[in-house]
Amino acid sequence: MVYTAVLTLLSHWRRHPGQLLTLVAGLALATALWSGVQAINAEARASYAEAAATLGQDQLSRLSRADGRPVPLADYIALRRAGYLVSPVISGELRDGPARLRLLGIDPLTAPPQTGAPALEGEALDLAAFFTAPGLLLMTDETAAGALPPDLPPIVLRDTVPPGAAITDIGTAARLLGQADPNYLLVAADQPAGLPPLDEARDLRLQGPSTTADIGSLTDSFHLNLTAFGLLSFAVGLFIVHAAIGLAFEQRRATVRTLRALGLPLRTTLVAFGLELAGLALFSGALGLVLGYAIAAALMPGVAGTLRGLYGASIPGTLSFDPVWALSAIGMTLAGAGLAGLQALRRAAQMPILAPANPRAWAQASARSMRMQALAAGTLLAVGVGFAVVGGSLEAGFATLAALLLGAALILPATLGLILRLASRSARGALSEWIFADTRQQLPGLSLALMALLLALAANIGVSTMVGSFRETFTGWLDQRLAPELYLSIADPGEAESLLAFVRPRAEAVLPIVSTEIPLAGRPGEVFGQVDHATYRDHWPLLAAAPGAWDRVADGEALLINEQLARFAGLTLGDVLEITPDLSLPIAGVYSDYGNPTAQASVTLTRFTETFPDVPVTRFALRVPPEDAPALASALRDDYGLPPDGVVNQAQIKRFSLSVFEQTFSITGALNVLTLGVAAFALLTSLLTLATLRLPQLAPVWALGLTRARLARIEVVRSLILGALTFALALPVGLMLAWVLLAIVNVEAFGWRLPMTLFPIDWLRLFALAMLAAALAAALPALRLARLSPTTLLKVFAHER
Amino acid sequence: MNVRLAAALLCLISPPVFAQGFAGLGTEAGGFAVPENPLTFDFPADHGPHPEFRIEWWYLTATLTAPDGTDYGVQWTLFRSALAPMTAEGWEAPQLWMGHAGLTTPEAHFSAERLARGGIGQAGVTPDPFAAWIDDWAMVARDPVSGDALDALALTARGMEFAYALSLTANGPLIFHGDAGYSVKSAEGQASAYYSQPFYTVTGTITLPEGDVPVTGSAWLDREWSSQPLSEAQEGWDWVSLQFDDGARLMGFSLREADGGRYTSATWIEADGTTQAYPDGALRMTPLAEAQVAGRSVPVEWRVELPDRGLDVTTTPLNPQSWMDVTVSYWEGPIRIAGTHPGRGYLEMTGYE
Amino acid sequence: MDKLLQIDGLTKAFGPVEVLKGVSLTLDRGETLALTGESGSGKSTLMHLAAALDTADVGSIRLDGIEMSHLNDPARAALRRDRIGLVFQQFNLIPSLTVAQNIAFQARLSGRHEAARCAMLAARLGIGTLTRRYPEELSGGQQQRVAIARALANRPDLILADEPTGNLDEATGDAVLDLLLELVAETGAALMMVTHSTRLAARLDRRLHLSRGQVSAVPRAA
Repeated sequence: MVYTAVLTLLSHWRRHPGQLLTLVAGLALATALWSGVQAINAEARASYAEAAATLGQDQLSRLSRADGRPVPLADYIALRRAGYLVSPVISGELRDGPARLRLLGIDPLTAPPQTGAPALEGEALDLAAFFTAPGLLLMTDETAAGALPPDLPPIVLRDTVPPGAAITDIGTAARLLGQADPNYLLVAADQPAGLPPLDEARDLRLQGPSTTADIGSLTDSFHLNLTAFGLLSFAVGLFIVHAAIGLAFEQRRATVRTLRALGLPLRTTLVAFGLELAGLALFSGALGLVLGYAIAAALMPGVAGTLRGLYGASIPGTLSFDPVWALSAIGMTLAGAGLAGLQALRRAAQMPILAPANPRAWAQASARSMRMQALAAGTLLAVGVGFAVVGGSLEAGFATLAALLLGAALILPATLGLILRLASRSARGALSEWIFADTRQQLPGLSLALMALLLALAANIGVSTMVGSFRETFTGWLDQRLAPELYLSIADPGEAESLLAFVRPRAEAVLPIVSTEIPLAGRPGEVFGQVDHATYRDHWPLLAAAPGAWDRVADGEALLINEQLARFAGLTLGDVLEITPDLSLPIAGVYSDYGNPTAQASVTLTRFTETFPDVPVTRFALRVPPEDAPALASALRDDYGLPPDGVVNQAQIKRFSLSVFEQTFSITGALNVLTLGVAAFALLTSLLTLATLRLPQLAPVWALGLTRARLARIEVVRSLILGALTFALALPVGLMLAWVLLAIVNVEAFGWRLPMTLFPIDWLRLFALAMLAAALAAALPALRLARLSPTTLLKVFAHER
Repeated sequence: MNVRLAAALLCLISPPVFAQGFAGLGTEAGGFAVPENPLTFDFPADHGPHPEFRIEWWYLTATLTAPDGTDYGVQWTLFRSALAPMTAEGWEAPQLWMGHAGLTTPEAHFSAERLARGGIGQAGVTPDPFAAWIDDWAMVARDPVSGDALDALALTARGMEFAYALSLTANGPLIFHGDAGYSVKSAEGQASAYYSQPFYTVTGTITLPEGDVPVTGSAWLDREWSSQPLSEAQEGWDWVSLQFDDGARLMGFSLREADGGRYTSATWIEADGTTQAYPDGALRMTPLAEAQVAGRSVPVEWRVELPDRGLDVTTTPLNPQSWMDVTVSYWEGPIRIAGTHPGRGYLEMTGYE
Repeated sequence: MDKLLQIDGLTKAFGPVEVLKGVSLTLDRGETLALTGESGSGKSTLMHLAAALDTADVGSIRLDGIEMSHLNDPARAALRRDRIGLVFQQFNLIPSLTVAQNIAFQARLSGRHEAARCAMLAARLGIGTLTRRYPEELSGGQQQRVAIARALANRPDLILADEPTGNLDEATGDAVLDLLLELVAETGAALMMVTHSTRLAARLDRRLHLSRGQVSAVPRAA
């Protein structure tokens, strides 16, 4: 009996393949975005766990010479011949005028797997070409598109290479850089049994992998971000499913009534509906998984780049398949489809057998349900404000966001209804009056889709405002903070004097930079020693400063801390910070320090060297007239003989910082666009649904003297009006969202607060996009209406419906 | 030892070059030389590398016994694979090297792999004094010797969980397979230069996770080079080196063809080093039992027949799980021989990966 | 050229089914005509063709000398809007508009809205107190009165009514028809009404019977 019932229900789809497509697409899209994001998160988390388990650190140890010179090839061979698993790297910079390219020459035959070297197997790379002249250069398309030195070997695009750099075979690097000796050796984490420890074996210096904090906790905020986006997309996808299921149910009302009249028990009817839904959900879920996997695979290299750039976390740019992931995604799809189908099932359960098979406009908006919804919205908004006020954690920040978004979405129909009622009062002419009245009547049917659109638009505005504010503050801060024109580093502290002798006559000022890693207020941190110089006084942005802050710091009586430290440890001006038992100073100022996850404190160089006499000065910032910087950099490399990595100019650092920044938010941008697309699709399906249900309401208007074409145009205009109104409401919601992101989430996640900047041009662009989405969504139903055969409309009058 | 394995290394490094290898008979694809009959050998120079040929190896297997009577097996192989028929100094030398080391006990099988490029000294072979090495793995002439450069060798290798250091002393001459070292590998005529030193006695130490074990036994060294991979129809190879209790030796291989056919070849070696080569069909190798090894089914017990010598033996592995878990994996391990000619030996089976 | 509506040789098929087979009829100004026939006889189809809601396969329909088959879609819409009043069995009011808005709707579309006339019609039809309500709050009889007011508010030349009392009980139906005929007579419009009731048909000036797609006159006495 159930079988027959299911078959009868399924026969509906054969006659409405478009509807089936909508339902499947909705579920698949929802699953895809959700599972895609989950896949990325799972992959990243798995690789953190792996890194923690096998290495305890995120990178490999390195062997290099204490004097910073390359390791003689003979030394490398001697290590290999002694049995150590070390792998050579030749790195350097190719320069031609402004064009620069950092080369990383690796030996894939010996490179440990964590190197990120191109695998010998399974990757579409011509290894023979990689090994033999002229060789191949692996770089991102962004690097490839930039200014490059001439006469390079063929380029192969790889998303996982750091910006501005190329990975190549060590032979190729040796030839291009004219250097046979490796700059350093990578040390495999596991060494063969029975060898003495490596650091006793040679006079080379073994550097442990550099890491400052547990990567998992650092990157949590990033993943939470992704998860929030995934959930948002899933919710938006469910709106589509809800619309499609609702339509399918309405259209089968008569069938269900007949089935029940013929003696099919209610239970069986419901079971049949449930089975049908489950079947569709399984199929669509599977489809969504495939899509999700594709999305994740496409986004993965970007995510890997971001995590490496922002947090130094190394994760693979590729994706592995995890059955648990697949199962949980399918489970999510089933649950979501169940939720979306609940209303239809409930209506089927409550429908009396003898009810007229008269499809009313599907949810005749009762004022009561609207009021309930508004009440829930109010509660949510209050909860959101509560979380914002209490705050204190990343979770609270995201709870604020969730409550705010959901509340705003729920209150949307009531608000739109109010606006339309007000607008209809001022409407002149029968047609405009009808348009407003009719639009209001359609609101219940469209409200879910409009809520989805609101969410997507608000998220878009919020995130782009956040990113934009961040970018503006960050670039401004970089310009300010990176005042010195050149930064030098030496490997051998003994070299400092000769370097200073070389540099002093050529530079306006030489500022030593010295730092050491030390826990600050119980958190991984770094202490800097600085000389007193106008460069700092003029350029370091202090968020808060005691009177005469710089003088007191210069006198060794006070210190400066970064915003992150101040926020997490609750330190304010005048508080005393203990750096070591011997060094405790009051805080004279707090400086902004974007892009750095760790705590920092800054004292005078004198204080620093007193406290940490063993820490050598190996870095210097140089002030020179900007136009002289390139010449001095070349002189340092060519005349003084500083290795290419030893001189970095300000512009390079800025460029690198900004490219890491852009990479960080590229995935956010991609998800934004996807969410908006899904919302537009939700609107389309809702409009398609309504188009069928609304024929009885349109037919009389047509009969009274409007052409179908005109009615169709009105449909598009109506969609545009609704889109515009939704945008108008999304704008304040999005700005609130941005505020929460900047003032709460960022502070919790990164430890810094950013001023909010508004970007009206972006809003205009988004408004245009929203209008386009609304127009596109209305286009198909409108086109159908315009081409509708009069016979179809006449059936409204002729048939008993 | 087998062309296919070295060809696999080549394949790994250079798929297009590998594909060219099938282009035709007797062509010198990519400018590499091919072995021509008759071959003339020049020692000790020919113990060293032949860069003008595409592939070459130094391959040693040893059947060993501990004082408590436990049997062990050791494998040490150095492959050379050329991207171009030339040598050079520095990073861009077009010669790639691959080392495989295996250690088999009745309970466990250990394997390790090393890769290196030529031209920088990380791996290579010199003929006089003889030395073949990759990283700290080495097969070197032990003392200045009056006889052949290979007569006294020291052999070492080290993996993550194992190591061995063996001393080898030859008590017989070099022997040449096929037609005075010209060994035909298929009915279409693909051939290699192939000679062996099958008469080593061995003493030394193997290092297991549990500790060091002193061992004694015998060993067999194969030298082979060529430029042409196997015939396209050939899917893999089953190879044995058998040391009979009466002092005679047998080298035999059976190349499996896609249509189910086999191409066999054998060399009978008397205790004094006198050899007789047998053409295709004289040797019969029949699988008797299969074992599940690393997820595939591999024939680990064989019947080996050479009617001309009245030979009819069966072989059983010391450890059926003797799987070399390296980039291109294969089965390789010590065997025991029962039947008309009891003894010990080594079995290698490729193409089951 | 006196005839308000002139239909000649009208043929209409839906797929293989020929619903009308060469129907011809005329209607004078101010005249009332009843169309009777069994279910499926083509009454409604004829009505829809006359209302320019659908197009005929063969034959001509002229309203006040205007040949409908020559008109394009917008012109046909204009014709419906300006010259024709429609009353349906299902009332077919616009649910999102109030009674007053429904009555005035078509007249306002055609730019002939007279508030006084609408108020008069509502009063005459006994729905003057209901003008602020929505259709769903009205009974069937009340809804049909609104539909009649809407059809007349525009001062149409021709009123087309398809079973206007079909969904009403007999007493209500009679009352509604009384009002319809009364107001048609007052405004001088012509009325063509589809009904399957010979009793109601008898109250109109003329009666035509439609059977198997062909029309035949029925003498008044019958």
